[in-house]
Amino acid sequence: MSEPFGVYVHVPFCAHRCDYCAFATYTDRDHLMVRYVDACIAEIDGARRQGALPPATSVFFGGGTPSRLAADELVRLLAAIPVAPGAEVTVECNPEDAEVDRLRAYRDAGVTRMSFGIQSTRPHVLDSLGRRNVPDAVTRVADVVGQVGFASWNLDLIFGAADETDEDWACALDTVVGLDGAPPHISAYALTVEPGTPLGADASRHPDDDVQARRYEMTEERLSGAGYRWEEISNWARPGHRCAHNHLYWSGGSYLGIGSAAHSHRKGHRWWNVRTPDRYIALVEDGRGTLAGEERLDADARRFESLSLALRTDAGVPAEHLPVTEDLVGLVETKGARSVLTLRGRLLANEVSTRLVTHPGPAPRPLR
Amino acid sequence: MGHRYASLTVSQLRTNEPVPTERIRNFSIISHVDHGKSTLSDRILELTGAVDPRLMREQYLDSMDIERERGITIKAQNVRVHHAGHVLHLIDTPGHVDFGYEVSRSLAACEGAVLLVDASQGIQAQTLANCYQALENDLEIVAVLNKIDLPAADPERCAAEIEAVLGLPAEGILHISAKTGEGVEALLDAIIERVPAPTGRRDAALRALIFDSSYDQYRGVISSVRVIDGTMRSSERLRFMQAGAVHDVEELGVRTPVGVPVDELGPGEVGYLIAGIKDVGGARSGETVTTAVHPATEPLAGYRDPKPMVFCGLYPVDGDELPELRDALDKLKLNDASFTFEPESSHALGFGFRCGFLGLLHMEIVRERLEREFDLSLIATAPSVAYRAFLTDGSSVDVDNPTELPEASRIERIDEPMLTATVLTPAEYTGTVMELCQNKRGEMAKMEYLSPERLELVYRIPLAEVVVDFFDQLKSRTKGYASLDYEPADYQTADLVRVDVLINHMPVDAFSTIVHRSSADNYGRRMTEKLRELIPRQLFDVPIQAAIGGRVVARETVKARRKDVLAKCYGGDITRKRKLLERQKEGKKRMKNIGRVEVPQEAFISALRLDD
Repeated sequence: MSEPFGVYVHVPFCAHRCDYCAFATYTDRDHLMVRYVDACIAEIDGARRQGALPPATSVFFGGGTPSRLAADELVRLLAAIPVAPGAEVTVECNPEDAEVDRLRAYRDAGVTRMSFGIQSTRPHVLDSLGRRNVPDAVTRVADVVGQVGFASWNLDLIFGAADETDEDWACALDTVVGLDGAPPHISAYALTVEPGTPLGADASRHPDDDVQARRYEMTEERLSGAGYRWEEISNWARPGHRCAHNHLYWSGGSYLGIGSAAHSHRKGHRWWNVRTPDRYIALVEDGRGTLAGEERLDADARRFESLSLALRTDAGVPAEHLPVTEDLVGLVETKGARSVLTLRGRLLANEVSTRLVTHPGPAPRPLR
Repeated sequence: MGHRYASLTVSQLRTNEPVPTERIRNFSIISHVDHGKSTLSDRILELTGAVDPRLMREQYLDSMDIERERGITIKAQNVRVHHAGHVLHLIDTPGHVDFGYEVSRSLAACEGAVLLVDASQGIQAQTLANCYQALENDLEIVAVLNKIDLPAADPERCAAEIEAVLGLPAEGILHISAKTGEGVEALLDAIIERVPAPTGRRDAALRALIFDSSYDQYRGVISSVRVIDGTMRSSERLRFMQAGAVHDVEELGVRTPVGVPVDELGPGEVGYLIAGIKDVGGARSGETVTTAVHPATEPLAGYRDPKPMVFCGLYPVDGDELPELRDALDKLKLNDASFTFEPESSHALGFGFRCGFLGLLHMEIVRERLEREFDLSLIATAPSVAYRAFLTDGSSVDVDNPTELPEASRIERIDEPMLTATVLTPAEYTGTVMELCQNKRGEMAKMEYLSPERLELVYRIPLAEVVVDFFDQLKSRTKGYASLDYEPADYQTADLVRVDVLINHMPVDAFSTIVHRSSADNYGRRMTEKLRELIPRQLFDVPIQAAIGGRVVARETVKARRKDVLAKCYGGDITRKRKLLERQKEGKKRMKNIGRVEVPQEAFISALRLDD
């Protein structure tokens, strides 16, 4: 098989904006949807003509809310993308859009994997996240996914909301893993305060690091107990259900971002599109480029980036790049020839990253 | 002859006509901050036509920015003006207790002093102290109440107070407004009438007093000089008696206030002298100048080498600026013989200098000038005084840096420098002032009513206590109405201990301090609490302790950091994450390592800056 190649499609439309969200997404631009899909298809066609779009081994529709698009619009968009046989094709979906017909249309068009932003199963926790409540969302989602028959799917959860207790979080995890037809992949994110968001402006709702650390440890305990294996800081999967597209990001693979605010990467060259859909559409319709910015990493930055991304995963890094010094005992463990974060180390991955040795000497320091 | 002189102009001054001593009046103005000294000086310059009105600016005689901004005089200045057929030398004295010695030298150059008191506030402690000093030097005091145009002025009460305290008859006290100019001419007349003329002999061997020196980058040292006996000639070679050096005169002149070169200065005359001297240490205040060929046998009395009383470490915030700091200190020293510095190093702060100052204001001024005139960013350690430790082996050692105090087991006792502090306060604040002085380990030596409303309190008090925040507290407790003056007294044994601050069991030198045992716990608690907030969480628990010898008196813990990871890291997050990590890595280079603990330099700086 040739080198993996991913396509990310950004869908910048939402029914409602959650208080913590800093993504490039809009609640008042639904009227642009058709022109937006047209523009994305034009960008795809352009990339194809330039030979910059080999058949994708993974496609990911993210946002925003891809399921805000009419199903046939998303299908039209997907059809424009050259897809390799056996490719993983994921669509992010809001719980309220989890309808059998929509998911069938996705499946029939080649979508292989669904991802639902549940965030919490507890209404008061959703309230304190500034996110809409959908009654029984998680049960309904599991039911619809089961009916349509997606083999692989994911639920997104968030912990650390202001009104959330340890019990709330335990309950959410228990509910999810106890589902009839539980998701084989779970992303559990520590609530992150982004500047410029309503949450960012409200210090009373900012999470405490120690509380989040405790909830993270609860997550590991419950998910591993239910047969999930940790694969990246915030991701757990049952065997055979890793998200290939995400692992492409973490292994320094090549991917092309389509749509407003989408990021692309190829061999240390990163670039990204203009942020708003209006501007993006206008540029594409004028036949102009949509580039907003780019960077080219030098060899050192590339090496450091690739190590620090790998460190976040269960693969870890080659041991010579991360000797387990006194400070790192208990945070990093050696597995074969690789240094891998322990549970405690995962929570301190940033600090551990700063200890990465990008240029190990010829004689590696003895490990403790 | 008087008539001839009365019509002299500046250009005629160059003709070397000696000014007869009976036509000379030398005086200074003794005044509290804000009581109007600079304004009065400005008015005198205007009234006597010394400064072209078009060139007049406020605080004409204060040449440094800091002086104008703070409204204080740091360097003594002098100016020659003419009034009613007389030559008047106004000698402007420094206005702060730190510069008491400079004041005494300025007073030694005068026969009279104008005591200038704000008619709404009355006499202040420092004014009183300087006035006593003037009386001791047999100066004629011309008492003046200023700001009589203000509605709050109470000249009668103030005059009664001056009479009660200084024995100057109330009816002889002049009333002026330096702001409007009212009464200023009468004041000049009174100066001529009351202040005695100088009495030096023209035929005696030259003896001239240097009462101020400043450094000019083009001319070298420019000294203010008062001829006591004999004549100083620009053609002569001079001997500086205390410095033991001989210099040729490069220029002799008088300030009108513009410098005007003259060939000679006779007895009683005040002027300036430039003699190719490279730093002010070679022409200190109090120096006696005589001629090299026919020197005087005895120098003038009263010379002393002022000793620094307050010490602190000064460090560049950016360690790379150390050479610039050294250079700046060298340059400043050219202009200020009274501060000292020598290299020192601190584990927490890197390389810097241990500096000695006359007092807290002096310390602030030096630091401010270093930052402002030399564009340096500095961090100062807590001010310390010079303790004297008597050791068990019978020797003794002076310690102005707490880290240099020998270990407790070798110390027999520690003595600390004392002050005699005088506080003048409205009677209603007596209680709170006494409480403050007692809290600061002061012992009352005297308490006296100056008037039914005002009180003089004299305390014997440790310098170290005054250095910390005494003045600020005095001001806040008395709504700014109390004033303070002090002079060094002797040393006194006290129960003093060194408190060390340890981060993860490693002492941090910058925070060691010598305090009275009764305040040790308090200091320890404050520092440990402060540092707990300032030191970032590490990968492990970090104990922060304050200890006297091996005994811990306060303890805090910076709990181990548990989480710093970014939750999300997908395509669009990667660049941002890499930059964050690169910044975090870069930040480590600026960290100081105390054992295994990484502490940002800013944490030390903040801990030293916050003094509440």
